Amino acid sequence: MSAAVTDHEHDHEHHDHKPSGIKRWFYTTNHKDIGSMYLIFALVMFFIGGAMAMVIRAELFQPGMQFVEPNFFNQMTTVHGLIMVFGAVMPAFTGLANWMIPMMIGAPDMALPRMNNWSFWILPFAFLILLMSLFMPGGGPSFGWTFYAPLSTTYSGDSTALFVFSVHIMGISSIMGAINVIVTIFNLRAPGMTWMKMPLFVWTWLITAFLLIMVMPVLAGVVTMVLTDKYFATSFFDAAGGGDPVLFQHIFWFFGHPEVYIMILPAFGIVSSIVPTFARKPLFGYASMVYATSSIALLSFLVWAHHMFTTGMPVAGALFFMYCTMLIAVPTGVKVFNWVATMWRGAMTFEVPMMFALAFIVLFTIGGFSGLMLAITPADFQYHDTYFVVAHFHYVLVTGAVFSIIAGAYYWLPKWTGFMYDEKLGQWHFWCSLISVNLLFFPMHFVGLAGMPRRIPDYALQFADFNAFISIGGFLFGASQLIFVWVLVKCARGGEKATAQVWEGAEGLEWEVPSPAPYHTFETPPVIK
Amino acid sequence: MSDKAYEKYYVPAQSPWPIVGAVALFLIAFGAGTFVNEVTKQQPGFGGYMLAAGFVVLIFMLFGWFKNVIDESMSGLYSAQMDRSFRQGMSWFIVSEVMFFMAFFGALFYGRVIALDWLSGGSNNAMTFEILWPSFEAMWPLLKTPGGIETQAMPATGLPLINTAILIISSITLHFAHTGLEQNKRGQLKLMLLVTLLLGAVFLCLQVYEYIHAYRDLGLTLASGFYGNTFFLLTGFHGMHVTLGAIILLFVFFRVLKGHFTPEKHFAFQAAAWYWHFVDVVWLCLYVFVYVI
Repeated sequence: MSAAVTDHEHDHEHHDHKPSGIKRWFYTTNHKDIGSMYLIFALVMFFIGGAMAMVIRAELFQPGMQFVEPNFFNQMTTVHGLIMVFGAVMPAFTGLANWMIPMMIGAPDMALPRMNNWSFWILPFAFLILLMSLFMPGGGPSFGWTFYAPLSTTYSGDSTALFVFSVHIMGISSIMGAINVIVTIFNLRAPGMTWMKMPLFVWTWLITAFLLIMVMPVLAGVVTMVLTDKYFATSFFDAAGGGDPVLFQHIFWFFGHPEVYIMILPAFGIVSSIVPTFARKPLFGYASMVYATSSIALLSFLVWAHHMFTTGMPVAGALFFMYCTMLIAVPTGVKVFNWVATMWRGAMTFEVPMMFALAFIVLFTIGGFSGLMLAITPADFQYHDTYFVVAHFHYVLVTGAVFSIIAGAYYWLPKWTGFMYDEKLGQWHFWCSLISVNLLFFPMHFVGLAGMPRRIPDYALQFADFNAFISIGGFLFGASQLIFVWVLVKCARGGEKATAQVWEGAEGLEWEVPSPAPYHTFETPPVIK
Repeated sequence: MSDKAYEKYYVPAQSPWPIVGAVALFLIAFGAGTFVNEVTKQQPGFGGYMLAAGFVVLIFMLFGWFKNVIDESMSGLYSAQMDRSFRQGMSWFIVSEVMFFMAFFGALFYGRVIALDWLSGGSNNAMTFEILWPSFEAMWPLLKTPGGIETQAMPATGLPLINTAILIISSITLHFAHTGLEQNKRGQLKLMLLVTLLLGAVFLCLQVYEYIHAYRDLGLTLASGFYGNTFFLLTGFHGMHVTLGAIILLFVFFRVLKGHFTPEKHFAFQAAAWYWHFVDVVWLCLYVFVYVI
């Protein structure tokens, strides 16, 4: 993609007055302010969810019951999952979208700025409700983040209604955020920013927003059914009333599978931005990247039941979902190939964003491959609900989505703050994270294959050594993220001044505005040749 | 595209309404989550008040927010590009609403085609049937659940058919209101809009009557198994959407009376009309799959 700004960048400074005080943040309509709030919120939730993971790993450090009650352990796994998915990864991507998409396409702001702020401010309240429910009598939700019926209906506690309504308002927030992104991209591109000139981060977010609009309402529907089943005597998921608990899983995973692509497609976009910059070559196979992303999104609607192979579905169904799932490896392979081909004979340098992007490519591919293993129906009968699954989705979500977010944060930090981050500390953060995350998640493959079930506070003695090892990896990974906070704070407070282009090989509209980016960019659209 | 398409895009200054809206949703969600527990256990508590307060704040927010938007629109701040943003935003919102209903239609189809068949021994479930509920007979409407709860079916003719006719006619009258607006025939616009509103109100009254009939005469309740569940949740959510659509149309009507909207520029009217037509289409699907088939 080669886009060049011709002019129209006059007197930004003239308009660059920010409102001050707390009102700036409560009342803001500025995409950069809202992006920052999303990112900070995601970081806070990352640490809260991470603290819960530390509780889980502490309990699993040794076999037998150590620190917490089983019911509390279940609350920790449940709320850890909910917070990381809905509170950390999704808001972080939305924050990046808010910051970067208007700058990348030459738009003055998001298309619907007030709704943008509403989308954000719903989130802290939604998670406040979820976290408060932990302190209710009987505790918070403890049925796993997937809230399968009848665990969430017949056997759940009083906090279920709070869980349902907090998911409802998270969903409202996501849908409004997605509508904003999609309308911004459709309607606010600068003249000359044609579809096939758009940066891939914009493309992947466009498709992500589409997925969000399609599936978040389905999540709202299924939590509503859980609510009425639990409180109002309906029997959607109760066979005695003519329903079916498996129906829950169908509706949930119809949402849930596109949801996992919602958490990875923007990651593809970030990596597709970073790799060309540090390889100093244009992205290899731009068009095929766009088509691959679209194919992944479409296929994501046809694979949901691969989460349910052990429910006893007919063989024809299992085969259909197995083959469709395996098909996803094709466009994903196209992407990995393109990233590698972009680096081929490039003049590469290895700054922190590039390191995280490289780790992403390798480790996400590992997660992808274990996904392929899980897609094989007969093999899945063995892997289902074991730590192998936990290893798989943490490879795609932590070393996949989270690493890409961290990579994106390092990549764009100089543009946000106007200062370069501390490269040395960043490298420390990277290497500590890389080593500890593999200590943490790689052995989970082995205990999983050996049959250790997920979501249990205790386990058989033969898994003890591996689990101690995993827990140490977990604590180290948690501690490594403190370095990240240190880097962020340091970078926000000052440092070496960043140039407009920041990175030698960086191309695109966002690198043609000064660093830090002015409060209002592109009040009149730039013209792209 | 012409240069006019890229005149300055209006980015509103700071606004207090989003955070007020977020507080409203917090009160609604927390209130509802508490209230549901209190109602089902018949305990007194603060949930209901909190829920009500949430709606009050939400309505306050909507008034304030829309007042700002209408003022901005009337003072000509919105470009053609802005208008496209609104239109596209509304369209995607309706797409999300379609998907919300799809979840319930999906549940209905799954229950009818798969769950009931399997409960009566279909596919590889012969033993499920033999061991759990050997006397269960699959039928639709599900008049007797495997657990033994009995109910009567809501007939497709009579009141539901009348309601279908009412909604279809209301869509047509709304269309004529729109053509009236586009041809600047304000009389036709006002009359047709008023007729649409009245038809919507009649529809809602008949729905309430139907619910009372179901509960009192047919024994068809939320608790009467999968048929009752899908019946009440689909018609119930549809009814809520009709109510919302009617409220939007009511405010559009007030704005028409105040002389708002021109043949060229009438996004609010357009959005309300789209919403109303969408709700009608949902009803048609619902009538076919819930009442008729």
